[in-house]
Amino acid sequence: MDALSGLAMGFGHALSLANLGWALLGCFLGTAIGVLPGIGPALTIALLLPITFSVNATGAFILFCGVFYGAMYGGSTTSILLNTPGESGSIITSLEGAKMARHGRAGPALATSAIGSFVAGTVGTLGIAFLGPVVVDLALQLGPAEYFSLMVLCFVTVSAVLGGSALRGLTSLFFGLLLGLVGIDLQTGQPRLTFGIPELLDGVNVVLVAVALFAVGETLYLAWRHVEGKAEVLPVGSIMMSKSDLKRSFWPWIRGAGLGFPFGVMPAGGTEMPTMLSYYVERKLARPEAQKEFGTTGAIEGVAGPEAANNAAAAGILVPMLTLGLPTSATAAIMLSAFQSYGIQPGPLLFTSQAELVWTLIASLFLANVMLVVLNLPLVGLWARILKIPQPQLYAGILVFATIGTYGISNSVVDLFLLYGIGIIAMFMRRFDFPVAPVVIGMILGPMAEQAMRQALTISQGDWATFVTRPVSLCILLVALAALAGPRLYAAWLRRVAASRPIGS
Amino acid sequence: MSIRRRTILAAAAGLPAAGMFAGQATAQQRFNSMYVFVPAGPGGGWDGLGRAIEQASRAAGMVGSFQFENVGGAGGAVGLPRFVSQRRGRGDAIMVSGAVMVGALITNRTPVGLKDVTPIARMTTEPGVIVVPASSDLRTLQDFLNALRANPGGVAVGGGSAGGIDHITLGLLLKSLGKNAREASYVAFAGGGPAQAAILGSQVRAGISGISEFAEQIKAGRMRALATTGDRRSLDDVPTLKESGIDIVIGNWRGVFGAPGINANQRQALVDWMTALHASSQWREILQRQGWDDAFLAGPAFEDFLRKDQADTEQVLRDIGLAS
Repeated sequence: MDALSGLAMGFGHALSLANLGWALLGCFLGTAIGVLPGIGPALTIALLLPITFSVNATGAFILFCGVFYGAMYGGSTTSILLNTPGESGSIITSLEGAKMARHGRAGPALATSAIGSFVAGTVGTLGIAFLGPVVVDLALQLGPAEYFSLMVLCFVTVSAVLGGSALRGLTSLFFGLLLGLVGIDLQTGQPRLTFGIPELLDGVNVVLVAVALFAVGETLYLAWRHVEGKAEVLPVGSIMMSKSDLKRSFWPWIRGAGLGFPFGVMPAGGTEMPTMLSYYVERKLARPEAQKEFGTTGAIEGVAGPEAANNAAAAGILVPMLTLGLPTSATAAIMLSAFQSYGIQPGPLLFTSQAELVWTLIASLFLANVMLVVLNLPLVGLWARILKIPQPQLYAGILVFATIGTYGISNSVVDLFLLYGIGIIAMFMRRFDFPVAPVVIGMILGPMAEQAMRQALTISQGDWATFVTRPVSLCILLVALAALAGPRLYAAWLRRVAASRPIGS
Repeated sequence: MSIRRRTILAAAAGLPAAGMFAGQATAQQRFNSMYVFVPAGPGGGWDGLGRAIEQASRAAGMVGSFQFENVGGAGGAVGLPRFVSQRRGRGDAIMVSGAVMVGALITNRTPVGLKDVTPIARMTTEPGVIVVPASSDLRTLQDFLNALRANPGGVAVGGGSAGGIDHITLGLLLKSLGKNAREASYVAFAGGGPAQAAILGSQVRAGISGISEFAEQIKAGRMRALATTGDRRSLDDVPTLKESGIDIVIGNWRGVFGAPGINANQRQALVDWMTALHASSQWREILQRQGWDDAFLAGPAFEDFLRKDQADTEQVLRDIGLAS
């Protein structure tokens, strides 16, 4: 069955009243859990699994996909407003998003992430429908060596968030790498830096660290440096995006979506790497006047791009699940177990043996996307009003919210100690001008890069040449080298030209 | 909901019938409530077994209500200490666990172990399967073994986390070939998805994992199964290691444990419950639907099995170099 007639059939089934209801319920639930830090789509779908006993397969999967897409939308809301990312894919969004909100641009930031999510979700879903099987075969050609090179490329993005002092930035990065080491080493099964605490065996949760660094650290810092008698209310500003906001967001949306989808399809890709790359690209491509907003008042490009990348990657994650039955994320794994409880064996034959279900699912993803943007745009004004709360109360609220969310991740007191321990470190980092973003980047990329490198070296029997003899890996490394050295060489060349001109004239 | 339905039924049937009904229910019901601890996230194998026990027990009226708690991480090593400290002496609590935890506790060197809980019963098992990519030049198990014999390091084998059952299976294979298990070129992947992707993309020469992980890829012809690791054949046209002359039978068993410090009566009540559950038609139905292999073993027999499994696992992990 070709994609178009499949989609036509899918829309025919998805547009029934019951299925639309499931999609709406899923979107609503998903947005709600996306807003809460700690509770992710995987856990929510797992808790909804019992409904598979009483609801038909199509309805259940429409609900699950609504939850999945909805969580991606909702995750950005708290990142922007409260500097508290709900899941790892929206950590990068909070870099610029929270700064925009602090400077009276919460409305446009929320709107650009909602519309960006819609654009990227639609692009990603089109990708599932028309490119799925082709892209996934290409993605399978990537082995651990290529993944390691990709992560080297992503490390280049750290340079975009280093701040004024490279020494301080790199110190932050290494702190992140250190946190990433905690837990059981996948390749040997041995515990590292756990100090006999069983709760640390599974490592430190990256969302917890992001919340501690961004939200708790900032709150403690403000409490510490608070000047008596100066109670300001943050400006809320205009809710709508201006024409120039739209213009500045458009290409970042498209580029973000284009970056995100292939990373989602890759079996070891995920949503974090494309958001980092998108942030780096937008920061480098931004016009000089927008450049100034990055890291100061918040640039809209830095929200639009990563948010689009996050959502397109989320759509991409469904591709290996639907075409090959590969669960490449926790959410996909739970959905696969739901397939099994219907007696449907998810695998390479799913597209042919369950064509009706699969196409209805894809069609309902389009519908969920429309519902989400309709659901979320009017909410922007309501959400932005949260910032009208006076600062002391607002920050107290953020602290409560972050604490509850963190406890919700694993119901563990150890996590709360970590939250406040790292929060206090972040407070001092802010005081002494250490950037906090490199910590998160180091923590996400460090363990992934380490595992990929060791997997590649095991396969090559210890031969380091594997990273440069595999053509794709070599190309990625060259791109990384160009991204790192290119701007410096270009600047040096410009200086030389500028220096030689007066003599010539 | 169910209470109300029962009341209505009783009212309709009249007083004498209601008395009889209530008597029957108490005779069948073994526990008013049961706390089920799953040391893994929702949706996984242990969680699935726990929910299946709930489903069958409720359908048969053996237990009134169930309460679940999931504490995932590190092959169960994160959750186990919590179960041990919070449920000591409680006869109405069980933990779902299995072979994965045996290995994880040894490599993690955690102070709390399975010795701290009370073995009740082994319920299911899942044999492993050795696969190669469809395009591989390794056609049969013999080809695979020959390649391993010639150069163990040259045959990269992908599977789940290091020290897990997949890794142990490879270690046992090398040992049976008279090779040093440390020479194995084992590539650990986080979860079934990335491991399958590496095999399908021919990034590794072969893969080992539970049969349910690879079954669909084998059926679709994208992977070729060389052997299964169970006692008897799991796939009709694929030989077991045992019938191929290699004395290895290994599987991912799952079972039920009681809280530490429970007395003999409390323990017997849990064993009786599992025995009755295993005999019920509802349980047979679940096994059938989920495709699980029945591996029921209760009481002292399970304890003996567990002791042997722990000793064997520790020996292999020591050979591989993951335990000291």
